[in-house]
Amino acid sequence: MSKPSKKQKGDPDTTGHVWDGIEEFDNPMPRWWLWTLYVCIFWAIAYTIAYPAWPMIKGATPGLLGWSTRGEVQAEIDAVNEGNAAINARLASTELTAIGDDGELNTFAVSSGSAVFLTWCAQCHGSGAAGAKGYPNLLDDDWLWGGDIEAIYLTIAHGIRTEEDDDARYSQMPAYGKDELLETVEITQVVNYVMSLSGAPKDATQVAAGAVIFEENCAACHLENGSGDREQGAPDLTDAIWLYGGDYDTIKSSVDNARFGVMPNWNTRLTEAQVRAVSIYVHQLGGGE
Amino acid sequence: MSNYLKLITFGLIALFAMMAINFARDIGFMVHGIIVLLVAAGMFMYTLRQTEASAFAGANPNEYADGVVRAGVIATAFWGVVGFLVGVVIAFQLAFPALNFDFLQGYGNFGRLRPLHTSAVIFAFGGNALIATSFYVVQRTSAARLWGGNLSWFVFWGYQLFIVLAATGYVLGVTQSKEYAEPEWHVDLWLTVVWLAYLAVFLGTLIKRKEPHIYVANWFYLAFIVTVAMLHVVNNISIPVSIWGSKSVQVFSGVQDAMVQWWYGHNAVGFFLTAGFLGMMYYFIPKQAERPVYSYKLSIIHFWSLIFLYIWAGPHHLHYTALPDWASTLGMVFSIVLWMPSWGGMINGLMTLSGAWDKLRTDPVIRMMVISVGFYGMSTFEGPMMSIRAVNSLSHYTDWTIGHVHSGALGWNGMITFGALYYLVPVLWKRERLYSLSLVSWHFWLATIGIVLYAASMWVTGIMEGLMWREVDANGFLVNSFADTVAAKFPMYVVRGLGGAMFLAGAIVMCYNLWMTVRRAPAKEASLSVAVPAE
Repeated sequence: MSKPSKKQKGDPDTTGHVWDGIEEFDNPMPRWWLWTLYVCIFWAIAYTIAYPAWPMIKGATPGLLGWSTRGEVQAEIDAVNEGNAAINARLASTELTAIGDDGELNTFAVSSGSAVFLTWCAQCHGSGAAGAKGYPNLLDDDWLWGGDIEAIYLTIAHGIRTEEDDDARYSQMPAYGKDELLETVEITQVVNYVMSLSGAPKDATQVAAGAVIFEENCAACHLENGSGDREQGAPDLTDAIWLYGGDYDTIKSSVDNARFGVMPNWNTRLTEAQVRAVSIYVHQLGGGE
Repeated sequence: MSNYLKLITFGLIALFAMMAINFARDIGFMVHGIIVLLVAAGMFMYTLRQTEASAFAGANPNEYADGVVRAGVIATAFWGVVGFLVGVVIAFQLAFPALNFDFLQGYGNFGRLRPLHTSAVIFAFGGNALIATSFYVVQRTSAARLWGGNLSWFVFWGYQLFIVLAATGYVLGVTQSKEYAEPEWHVDLWLTVVWLAYLAVFLGTLIKRKEPHIYVANWFYLAFIVTVAMLHVVNNISIPVSIWGSKSVQVFSGVQDAMVQWWYGHNAVGFFLTAGFLGMMYYFIPKQAERPVYSYKLSIIHFWSLIFLYIWAGPHHLHYTALPDWASTLGMVFSIVLWMPSWGGMINGLMTLSGAWDKLRTDPVIRMMVISVGFYGMSTFEGPMMSIRAVNSLSHYTDWTIGHVHSGALGWNGMITFGALYYLVPVLWKRERLYSLSLVSWHFWLATIGIVLYAASMWVTGIMEGLMWREVDANGFLVNSFADTVAAKFPMYVVRGLGGAMFLAGAIVMCYNLWMTVRRAPAKEASLSVAVPAE
């Protein structure tokens, strides 16, 4: 097996060892390699003197520069907070309806509100605020609980149907099927009626009967013409905009089991200025009233 | 006598496996019980039929044990293709989430397949390559047959069993959620047994060597085997919830657990994917180039400095976390000092070719080895750079890390392994030459372009992602949501998937070429497998 390696003219000496035909030259280490290694070692020692590094019996050496990762990030946060302190205070104390008239304040609120939205709200409402099934689209002018700045602020600050805030928006639709408040055939009828309000029902023969059921059971919240009631967060059923879906099966499921969408109250998680900022942000997305 | 002991052992294992199946608390443990039962029963039958025959009939103690190396070469090629294929699948699952089909949920969705991919390429492909080449190299450079008789076969089959147990476990949800150390306690115990047998075979062969000195490749292989044993045992210390169930509880917790995990994780890279593969490089490059190793001195210094420094570099995986700053600093400076020791291997590999540069034109196998050492140099520069805290604050948690790992894994580990396989197959199957050098060239270009697409797309998307995460407006407010950054990465994810597909295609070309080499290439006359010292 041992095919000796081919020596060439000018080759340096080998160490004299041979393994399976492999020899080794007795070359020195490349100087640049060795010196770079030395420089790295020297730098490493200097760096560990300057920064927290060597573990001792109690704690570690803190480093001459007094630097720490937590200190570094705190300094960055402090700098931003300090720079924005005055305008944040102004935002927190200005009348909500007056913020829009103050150009500088409004620009700041939109920028701050956008960051809040992308951090805390985008998970459900989407980073573009277009919503998803069960999470309202915030770009259109269809509002469940009101779309003027004060209504939006109230919704964000206190949340919807959350137990953590007594002032949360609250309403509860009865589960007509699950709790046997209506017969199955009655639910079928009313679902067809609801579909007819904004489009074509699945079974047109049921609409007339459904209208009666609707007036007796649903009109109290959704109003007689089905246009909804923002005081109770009862959706407008005539506009073909659906939170959970407008097909027969989804509407039937909504009537059978009712829905109970929850949004957290943000007044304990965010500062007053942040809640106002994100309210302004949502208000200016397109549908604000 | 020993056969009766074996029969008793296999019988007991089979009995225990049956109990495990009966009492199993989860489906994964039950499936593992069934696999172990089948293997034990099969071994029982096999041993029973062999009780009359001598264990070593036909094995010439003066011949190299090449059968197990041949098996290792086949396993390496097989697991390589499997691992790359799963990699391509999960790359496209990331680009097109719809590929996580409903019917795959719980078995073949990204979360289940990702550890299957990493373990298949690192441990199944890389591990088999290391075991096979180390068995080959230690015999040739020690001029001695493998120590321990059939123990090397136990290592080979035991390791395959470990792979099958680990892989079936991942798909069925048996995982301790430690990256690159996912297998649960019962699989870990089995690997410990196999690994100690591997250490025994390797050390035993070194001890009975007929050469006066131990060749540098064997230093690296030995460092790899010893350190991986230590890492594996310490990182997997856990208490099973039940001996009839796969779940276990880690002994370390919190930041200690994180530190032990990344001490393990980084040294899996350092000793498995670096030291072990350097052993491979130190044999196959001088052999293929037919030139002496460039510098003996350099090999000594870079070996010891690499071994000493690597073990401390783990904390750089935990910058800006709950890990204390001092540990993070030490991890960073050790990583940077590690730069030159890593490059020592690259210099020795590349400079060994000086005087044989013309072979780059004529020999695609050498080309493969050179580009592998090139990628090694690149990723061992990139690694220390990314360990710098300021760089890490941008690169950490982004795809840059994925790109870094793959330029090392595909470029360095993959290419040097392909080179070794192209060298080994004609030798082991006694062929004059490879079936087709032009197919090797095809493999070379497919793999190289594939790696470039992969690494470049991940650099771009990683840096973009890192910059988007930290982008703030004039008032200091964050500009992007996380979902925005995910959406922005889509085109790069497609490019990455294509790069992976090319790499996979190259490996399939290699398998065909190796297969045809065994089937069709002209046979070589002289016997090459007699163990005699070189001089």
